[in-house]
Amino acid sequence: MDVHIVGVGIHAFGRHPGKTGIELGVHAAREALTDAGLEWSDIQFAFGGSEDAGDVDAISTSLGLTGIPVINVANGCATGGSSLLSACWAIRSGEFDLGMAVGFDSHARGAFNFDPARFGLPAWYGETGLMVTAQFMGMKIQRYMSRFGITQATLGMVAEKAFENGARAPHAWRRQPVALDTILESQLIVDPLTKYMFCSPSEGGAALVLASGKKMRELGLSGPRIRGASLQSRADLSFEVFAPFAMTDVGPTHTERVAKKVFEMASVGPEDVHVAQLQDTESGAEIMNMAENGFCRDGEQEALVRSGATRLGGKLPINTDGGCIACGEPIGASGLRQIYENVQQLRRRAEGRQVENCRFAYSQVTGMPGVSAAVLLESA
Amino acid sequence: MSGSRRAVAEGMIVERADGPWLIGARSKTDGAIRFPFPSGPQESEYEEILLPRQGSLWTYTVQRFRPKSPYAGGDDEGSYKPFALGYVELPGGIIVETRLLVKDFVDLRIGMPMKLALEIFRTEADGTQIFTYAFEPLL
Repeated sequence: MDVHIVGVGIHAFGRHPGKTGIELGVHAAREALTDAGLEWSDIQFAFGGSEDAGDVDAISTSLGLTGIPVINVANGCATGGSSLLSACWAIRSGEFDLGMAVGFDSHARGAFNFDPARFGLPAWYGETGLMVTAQFMGMKIQRYMSRFGITQATLGMVAEKAFENGARAPHAWRRQPVALDTILESQLIVDPLTKYMFCSPSEGGAALVLASGKKMRELGLSGPRIRGASLQSRADLSFEVFAPFAMTDVGPTHTERVAKKVFEMASVGPEDVHVAQLQDTESGAEIMNMAENGFCRDGEQEALVRSGATRLGGKLPINTDGGCIACGEPIGASGLRQIYENVQQLRRRAEGRQVENCRFAYSQVTGMPGVSAAVLLESA
Repeated sequence: MSGSRRAVAEGMIVERADGPWLIGARSKTDGAIRFPFPSGPQESEYEEILLPRQGSLWTYTVQRFRPKSPYAGGDDEGSYKPFALGYVELPGGIIVETRLLVKDFVDLRIGMPMKLALEIFRTEADGTQIFTYAFEPLL
């Protein structure tokens, strides 16, 4: 059974003092409903999540208490992708034919502070300074660069691209281009990553209305089709965030497996994709995700990025709205923002950053401690 | 009491005549190794082992800014000094996360041989030194 995205909505990402995360979610939900030409009373179910801004079903208070099933989803940074997937499964089950995936968040400045006990880790792990998510990112890209010849300048170019694309995306937070020199010379956070190579916690909301193909046609609506969607967790003790130890002899990562699954479901290959939104919590993540999702071999990113292949106008534009680096990271919303951007691209509504001849759009998001969700859309 | 020292946590490090060792865990069912020794209901499934003390640097980074709570380094924003951390690959295919003791961060190189050491992590008001484990270059 086919599932389509018939409406999308977003609240601009950034800092919105005076607005709660829930208000951002309500805004996005309303916009998605308007986009689809539907009312909240048409919605049969909703899945969604927020790490810090409350329960998703709180949006019902503003949208209307219709008594429908609303389920909160919590999968770290992969919450958005997991919400989409849950909505997709619900429709595929035949139990429902029209529903919503919504996500929102509002993180304080410098958020993402973690308590070891929450992860089953001993207190000393945090006390001795090992409990910092950014460290994993620095260490993972450090080793990757050493093995595959990626340079720090290339990390800088990924960030430069992010700010340039963000300047063209009305929903992005950082809307000013930043020069490569500035990025490379800004202060080191965790070697080799500098300040401008990182996303920051931010506030935002995004929502999607999904329908079965049959319902969509019945209502006279249209929208991109979900050709593949999957979520994979760890299959072994690979090197992940907050791991006091790991094993070296491990199989493909959850990201590698989720990409393979999605392409298999769709009978489409990475070479057929026209635009991709890949997790970019920092520049290194985008680089490694290019390979993990099958878009290139390890090490090819150096030449691809330098040649402009991943910029707007290149062979495979990546993170066309500036990704997490330019939009910031409201955990519950980011995965849905990626899909929002892909839908805009497929519907030719991505003014100023439109990818031409867009037929297949891919997105992938990863959450702690090791879950990866990916979605492949095809234009209507 | 001035001159006394203790580990930042129990059950992590053992000091023998031949020096300090990290305490790891070996599964009684399939022999799988893990670190640190688990606590809670799983405890009974594991036996204590001493992890190899030498390995090679698998990856590293430098923590340039002072971590927020629960970091308890005994320094403040003004006195904080960046430290290096990474993973060391030990014989048997296990990598262990660790702070790294090195004179100059530029000396760090993936693949370099490393050995276990102890690091005074902070000093309490009464003079007690709190130590944790770290790895340093094997020269």
